[in-house]
Amino acid sequence: MLPPVFGVLFDGIAYGMLLFVLSVGLSVTLGLMNFVNLAHCAFAMLGGYVTVTLVNELQWPFLATLPVSFLAAAAASVVLERLFYRRLYRASDLDQVLLTIGFAFISVAAAAYVFGTIQQPIQTPPFLRGSTGFLGLGLSNYRMFLVGIALVVTLLLVAGLEYTRFGAQVRAAVDNQRMARGLGIDVDRTFAVTFALGSGLAGLGGSLAIDIVGLDPSFAFTYLVYVLIIVSVGGLGSIVGSFAAACLIGISDVAGKYYAPELGAFLIYLVMVAVLMWKPAGLFGRR
Amino acid sequence: MTQVTSSMTPQAYLKSLSRWRAAEIVFWLATLLPFFLFPSYLSLASQIALAALFALSLDIILGYAGVVSLGHAAFFGVGAYAAGIFSKMVWGEPLTGLLFGATLAGLLGYASSFIIARFRHLTLIMITLGLGLLAHEVANRAHWLTGGSDGLQGIEIWPVFGLFKFDLYGTTAYGYSLALLFIFFLASRRLLNSPFGLALRGIRENWVRMPAIGAERQAHIRKAYTIAAFMAGVAGAALAQTTESVSLESIGFQRSADVLVMLVLGGAGRLYGGLVGATIFMVARDQFSGIAPQYWYFWIGVLLVTVVMVLPNGILGGLSKLTARWRKP
Repeated sequence: MLPPVFGVLFDGIAYGMLLFVLSVGLSVTLGLMNFVNLAHCAFAMLGGYVTVTLVNELQWPFLATLPVSFLAAAAASVVLERLFYRRLYRASDLDQVLLTIGFAFISVAAAAYVFGTIQQPIQTPPFLRGSTGFLGLGLSNYRMFLVGIALVVTLLLVAGLEYTRFGAQVRAAVDNQRMARGLGIDVDRTFAVTFALGSGLAGLGGSLAIDIVGLDPSFAFTYLVYVLIIVSVGGLGSIVGSFAAACLIGISDVAGKYYAPELGAFLIYLVMVAVLMWKPAGLFGRR
Repeated sequence: MTQVTSSMTPQAYLKSLSRWRAAEIVFWLATLLPFFLFPSYLSLASQIALAALFALSLDIILGYAGVVSLGHAAFFGVGAYAAGIFSKMVWGEPLTGLLFGATLAGLLGYASSFIIARFRHLTLIMITLGLGLLAHEVANRAHWLTGGSDGLQGIEIWPVFGLFKFDLYGTTAYGYSLALLFIFFLASRRLLNSPFGLALRGIRENWVRMPAIGAERQAHIRKAYTIAAFMAGVAGAALAQTTESVSLESIGFQRSADVLVMLVLGGAGRLYGGLVGATIFMVARDQFSGIAPQYWYFWIGVLLVTVVMVLPNGILGGLSKLTARWRKP
């Protein structure tokens, strides 16, 4: 028999895994290009709405919609990247912030216009509902599924970065962009592909998030804060860092809600400001 | 904008900047027009003046010192809540309440400036965002003091100087806000056209080289940040006093984003940018108030994208480029 604190820990880790899938793409693209993309969660929201539409309108099974939401978010990001983002790679932080906040505002308004401001319902398959007993803890099936997906994503990402040619190019570009260009790596193309992959992962995260935190048009801003916290705490361009930071923030948030509800959102903001003051480049950042 | 030529001494450059131009005098005379032309819109005019003051305060740190802040509403909100609570607990005299609110915001700005001055880029954006969200959360949680999400009600403000009562039409409110805007505009104009203002611009342009030529980077940013926080506090306090209420919205992220939009729309780093941007933004919002707020933000988004892609220096930047082209045959 395990004490209930393990249940809280499990929920925190599951929540952290969700945040990891949402944020890892931003971390890598920020590390690559230093491009501050505040519209990242708008792509996540797009993925979420794709899933909701497919499940509720076209009666697709939930699992089959996940790849579609990944592809939809990736495709949307490619279009925006080609048309707008690429012109601002060397612009100031402020211009990047303004452009991407603009897209986030547009996405929120568009979502409110198309889907209304209500929370979207979602029907998950029966085997993901309910919970399984484990040493006296009731572990939610959906959360276990979430942890599983996050682990698969992490393994794929780490393996892709460590053992493929493309991964080596990405690592080279993150470490030293000028040197990588000098060696003939097409950093802009590398970035475009990474950006699409990262936004696709955000879209997947958006679909996975519906069952846990719900989906409404404010998603693009509410979770942007979490994602940015994880990215800056974990350090730019570091997958391991994002993973650790997502666990830290997920556990602090869930534990804070269980044990000190009066603290509200203080805890994660304080964790963030404290970590950044201690290590301005994040826990695993090198710059 | 005055062209800098190599033969110009810094003193002559600053002097040429601080000379009053005809367009400026016309602008300030035009601010008196609402009293005669739109007497029924004076409360809106008052809110525009305070939004302009708030945008001006952001201009000092963002436009001149290059400190991007996504949490500037924290100081606006602290000023507003402090002035509101002051009027409920102490007395309703407006000027002392204003001073109290602004001082508190300034002190908070001074305290946080020690953190702000150390960072750049994403870390800075994140820290200002985090501090702004913390301030919002404090105001939300301290329900006994601030009224939480219900807002702070029951503020009563005495007449200004014991003579001018805040009336329903907003005549006093506009006069009060406009006077504040003008006073703080003069102060910022003097401040930014001084060697200190030049040093801030230098820090914006080259963060590494300024300390090398003997400018105390962190100390300069701390000063500018404290002044900006104080001014934001003035704007917030005056809004609380003229509308006799404070809502949680006055300290939220949306407010920080709005003021950023106003400043960038007008043109950052140009003194008048925030004033022009605030006027256009507030008038447009008033005209489109029939649209539900969630759709209004669609247009803000479109506006932001357009400004960044087409008008990188805002409306004033675009205008000065046009006039420069026109003057050069």
